[in-house]
Amino acid sequence: MPRNNDIKKVLVIGSGPIVIGQAAEFDYAGTQGCLALREEGVEVVLINSNPATIMTDKDIADEVYIEPLTAEFVKKVIKKEKPDSLLPTLGGQAGLNLAMELFEEGFLKKENVRLIGTTSLTIKKAEDRDTFKQTMEKIVEPIAASKVVENVKDGVEYAKTLGYPVVLRPAYTLGGSGGGIVYNEKELIETLENGLRLSRVGQVLVERCIAGWKEIEYEVMRDGIGNVITVCNMENIDPVGVHTGDSIVVAPSQTLGDKEYQMLRSSALNIITELNITGGCNVQYALNPDSFEYCVIEVNPRVSRSSALASKATGYPIAKVAAKIALGYTLDEIKNAVTKKTYAAFEPMLDYVVIKMPRLPFDKFISAKRELGTQMKATGEVMSICNNFEGGLMKAIRSLEQHVNSLLDYDYSKLDTESLKSELQRVDDRRIWVIAEAIRKGISFEEIHKITKIDIWFISKIANIVKTENRLSSEILDEELLKEAKRIEFPDSLIAKLSNKGEEEIKTLRYRLDIRAVYKMVDTCAGEFKAQTPYFYSCYGGSNEAKRSYRKKVLVLGSGPIRIGQGIEFDFCSVHSTWEFKRLGYETVIINNNPETVSTDFDIADKLYFEPLTPEDVESIVDIEKPDGAVVQFGGQTAIKLTQSLMKMGVPILGTDAKDVDAAEDRELFDKILEECKIPRPRGETVYKAKEAKEAANRLGYPVLVRPSYVLGGQGMQIATNDNDIDGFMEIINRIAQEHPILVDKYILGKEIEVDAVCDGKDILIPGIMEHIERAGVHSGDSISVYPVQSLSDTVKSKIVEYTKRLAKALHIKGMINIQFIADGEDVYVIEVNPRSSRTVPYISKVTGVPIISLATRAICGESIKDMGFGTGILREPDLVAVKMPVFSFEKIKGADISLGPEMKSTGECLGIGKNFNEALYKAFVGAGIRLPKHKKMIITVRDSEKSKVIDIAKRFQALGYIIYSTKGTAKVLNDNGVNAIVIRKLEEEGPNILDLILSHEIDIVIDVPMRGIAGSKDGFIIRRNAIETGVNVLTSTDTAKALVSSLENEKDEISLIKI
Amino acid sequence: MKAYLILEDGSVYEGENVGASREAVSEIVFNTSMTGYLEVMTDPSYAGQAVVMTYPLIGNYGICHEDMESDRPWIDGLIVRELSEVASNFRNEDSIQNFLIKNNIPCICGIDTRDLTKRLREHGTMNGFITVDSSFVVEKILQRIKEYSVKGVVKRTSTKEAYSLPGKGKRVVLIDFGAKKNIARQLQKRGCEVIVVPCDTKAKEILKLKPDGIMLSNGPGDPKENVDIIEEIKKLYDTDIPIFAICLGHQLIALATGANTYKLRYGHRGGNHPVKDLETGRTYISSQNHGYAVDESTLDKNICVPAFVNVNDGTNEGLRYINKKIFTVQYHPEACPGPRDSSYLFDKFIKMMED
Repeated sequence: MPRNNDIKKVLVIGSGPIVIGQAAEFDYAGTQGCLALREEGVEVVLINSNPATIMTDKDIADEVYIEPLTAEFVKKVIKKEKPDSLLPTLGGQAGLNLAMELFEEGFLKKENVRLIGTTSLTIKKAEDRDTFKQTMEKIVEPIAASKVVENVKDGVEYAKTLGYPVVLRPAYTLGGSGGGIVYNEKELIETLENGLRLSRVGQVLVERCIAGWKEIEYEVMRDGIGNVITVCNMENIDPVGVHTGDSIVVAPSQTLGDKEYQMLRSSALNIITELNITGGCNVQYALNPDSFEYCVIEVNPRVSRSSALASKATGYPIAKVAAKIALGYTLDEIKNAVTKKTYAAFEPMLDYVVIKMPRLPFDKFISAKRELGTQMKATGEVMSICNNFEGGLMKAIRSLEQHVNSLLDYDYSKLDTESLKSELQRVDDRRIWVIAEAIRKGISFEEIHKITKIDIWFISKIANIVKTENRLSSEILDEELLKEAKRIEFPDSLIAKLSNKGEEEIKTLRYRLDIRAVYKMVDTCAGEFKAQTPYFYSCYGGSNEAKRSYRKKVLVLGSGPIRIGQGIEFDFCSVHSTWEFKRLGYETVIINNNPETVSTDFDIADKLYFEPLTPEDVESIVDIEKPDGAVVQFGGQTAIKLTQSLMKMGVPILGTDAKDVDAAEDRELFDKILEECKIPRPRGETVYKAKEAKEAANRLGYPVLVRPSYVLGGQGMQIATNDNDIDGFMEIINRIAQEHPILVDKYILGKEIEVDAVCDGKDILIPGIMEHIERAGVHSGDSISVYPVQSLSDTVKSKIVEYTKRLAKALHIKGMINIQFIADGEDVYVIEVNPRSSRTVPYISKVTGVPIISLATRAICGESIKDMGFGTGILREPDLVAVKMPVFSFEKIKGADISLGPEMKSTGECLGIGKNFNEALYKAFVGAGIRLPKHKKMIITVRDSEKSKVIDIAKRFQALGYIIYSTKGTAKVLNDNGVNAIVIRKLEEEGPNILDLILSHEIDIVIDVPMRGIAGSKDGFIIRRNAIETGVNVLTSTDTAKALVSSLENEKDEISLIKI
Repeated sequence: MKAYLILEDGSVYEGENVGASREAVSEIVFNTSMTGYLEVMTDPSYAGQAVVMTYPLIGNYGICHEDMESDRPWIDGLIVRELSEVASNFRNEDSIQNFLIKNNIPCICGIDTRDLTKRLREHGTMNGFITVDSSFVVEKILQRIKEYSVKGVVKRTSTKEAYSLPGKGKRVVLIDFGAKKNIARQLQKRGCEVIVVPCDTKAKEILKLKPDGIMLSNGPGDPKENVDIIEEIKKLYDTDIPIFAICLGHQLIALATGANTYKLRYGHRGGNHPVKDLETGRTYISSQNHGYAVDESTLDKNICVPAFVNVNDGTNEGLRYINKKIFTVQYHPEACPGPRDSSYLFDKFIKMMED
């Protein structure tokens, strides 16, 4: 069936800010989808509040609106742009929910907008728990016994009939928010209350627990005439009970015979046929390991995290094909983009193994519970490809960048057999390390399987890794053993450690024996057809398919898994730089390991290597590709960290010199430069030990900032107010071996300013100066950032421009530089310089219209800024204001402290663009999901030093009609100053106290500014956690509160739409 | 113990011997299925061939005897990247290593199967020699390798005696050219009484059985080799009995009605091939295993027309016979291994017998 020519203008809804459960995969899918639509001559209108995405580029869609993803704003866009169709399946659950809302209220019909790529009935059948159940019953597809409840009482009663444990699944939520396995009535009531609140429709499914069964997923596609195919199936190593987003996943399935494989495949095709899907769909199964019994767990009638993974695992571009199907094409009419010979109507065959591992945020949330359950906690993931399972696992582990390179790196060796067995029962992110230790201690596969329910096949593979560890530490390292260790992807460093040799020695031996990585192609068809797309993975043994070309060539290092502090914005930068290098005539080679991103789409660079970003893995590629240079300044800290190694390999670093990168990071060198440039900075010292740190702090005077050097996202950064704090922080920092010193700086409470600039070594272009709403001390990634600056004097501004110029010159910057300043009155201090692209670059690019990364890339290649057409110095400020708002995922991470500080905690961001500051701020809050007022009740409890600041804020909330509750101290100050505050009892006092009030579901906002330092009260922690888990907005800075009240005051103004 | 695969182009692949340590000369073909290695090994259509599995991890779920597609494995050898040391599945009864040794089948593991597959793709299907004797001299054995051809395999794989499988519905005579068990199972599942007869059964003997329908099975080798069988099939074509033919059966009846067949460069072996139904425009993912195909340019339009075409390479995948209750497919609606999407064809056959 050819394309439907009635479709001329399509609205695509993005997925908004990155939160746990909805990450970069939707930028990948959305970008691919939009490009596929445009390829067919369709005009694409895009709405997405997330400015760090590639899909919000002017090159990707025709009309781009960076506006909040609410029904109100989508309606405005529809009215203005008058699209004839809406494609809702590319924007994850957020996009799908919005489309449903507009459909259900009849708005789409009224505006003559049709849904394409799915129907409302399809969405309902898949997403509405009851309808889904009826649909499955109709086609005799089994599901776990379950019942939808809308109140706690019904839930309790039904659970009695099933027997505990039972599983709770709220309808229409992301990443399983608010769900989980509960083991008794008390847990049921707690979780169910929460789930009912989080569900858009107030429904929660209470379900028979099938924990321990195999969890299998199928990615399937269907077109408008009913052709159906399977793209890929996947097996979770962690059995049912762990959210698939937090599971280690392998593709294709490993422990299913053809009978089971085909049984589930037929079922999945049966389901999409009944649901009348036109596009991609994900079906999740629980398979009884002891029979052919299975249950359908869930169906996602849209592109998803799993579909992104399946696309990368197979080379089959699901989002692209889904977009073409939405336009009316059938699968047999769409060309296979990899082979360019075959068609989309086929099933990819893998001749390798793919492993996905989740990137969990427990390094950021030290107090959080590491247990994994049905609520997703991972912020990102890595994927590895190898021709054996062990090798895939080893590569995935080191791709995570968690200071872990092997199954020995979490040390459980001190546990005895009994303790290990009980440790095995804990389902957390370190379980495979516990299994490895259990194998070392001789616990049988059967016993490990009995406790963990992990299939014996996987356990045996972990045992193979352990066996090779043992051989390396006990046998003579001969050629056979070295080959075996490399076959299963042991890094040289590990081989060296185990065999008591040096890493260089191993490398030399390896090269002498010609044991080198070879590269195989991902071609969708297991070699059956000649493929055109150069998408490679490494393995040892066999022939090499990656052929070196002799064109001018640049290596672009990606940024690895999405984690707090290093998010999607670095993928934006990597991709844009790759595109610019291509335009400049370079052959581009990307190395990255994140399956969710655009950069790992096989048609971004000329060559894609899906590999870990460690020096050894990179060097193996360098050996083959021999690039003319590498660019490290766009891939975040992951890429920067590789600078020294690349130089050692003889690869020139393009752009800023490695020694200058070093100068920016090295305290002493940097201080010297600042001195030369006559730029002040807060006084500080470099230390290694706690004792030195305390001495330094006392010399500088508390409060001080303590942090390790060479980190991103403020990892380990803390504000210390006394010696005890320092002891505490140093202990935390030193949990990971520090190669670099620790910095102790005088903490200046001022306005935080951030600048991104492009420099060609001579001239500089500053697209904009940004100002943070929160005062210094809150990590820049967690602060509300405003562009252009609203409250700085011209003197301060010109100082900032001047300092930026001096620094860029002194550091011989070629490309990007990011500088953070503190303005205290008219004084300006430099606090941090990053000789690389930063988190704010995508948003500033979009707001100013300056293609910053392209310019930086051209500067790197030797073009002068003067010739680029954007002028030099600081760019004229635009007539609009943009406010970047951080977005957090605290409700997903049980036990995480939500108070903001120098360590970054947000997972994503959204942007509000307005004609003026208030409008932009309002949009930013709405985009971040803060939709007020609801009950007009709030709690204010702040530490003494903030009490005076909160008076004005409280007055303004009161003027808006808010009822204010406060703990004694805060209430007294407020009442003394003319604010009516109702005193509530503290947590430790008898109820009803502050906690009961929060749990009553009538509170809109909690303003809780905790004490600084480690003493930051435990009470406050409990209050903040409970508030978050009850869905209350919690603000831990008076600056944020002030911004919020301003935004609420201006809410009634007419809001404009701004097209970028 | 080391084992070697020497191909007729002179290339040598070295691996580990994990099966029987005997020599074998065979035609080397690759299969891209990711599951179903036991079904592949026991599919009689592979008689005379050694199979390269492109999926690198084989043997993960062991051997479940009920999944065998015939009473024994027919492949001359198995060539894999890695054979799992541990088999895990609730139905697992034996390891693949044991199974291979018990059935005297050589197996080489540790081979760069992707490289080998690409070589077969570029060069076309080749003969090869599997040995554990490292003292071979390539030049000396090349002649022997080149001389080999797959011969007499239909007779070898067909049942020697007729037998019948009970059923209360339609009576189907299944001519066994090396039939996979699941063909009969599919018919029985639909209530049919199935009488399986040897490949050389005469048409008049078949007619004596008063079948409601005749099923021509899959099977190994070059279809044109079966001159006598083709003669008998022509006689069956001349009756009005509904006929459904699969794979070799499809080729044989095409030959019987005047069309020609040819050898494909490297065949279709796997579970992901798209075939398009030319009548409805629908595409189905099919299970395939064939090295020969019907040459569409030789079809007499008054006798039959193409019914299915391979979406990838445009080769013929099925024929519809004019004014006859006969339809034939090149692929495997009985699946095992592979997708079951085309099992509706058996329903179509039943309906044809009922009409």
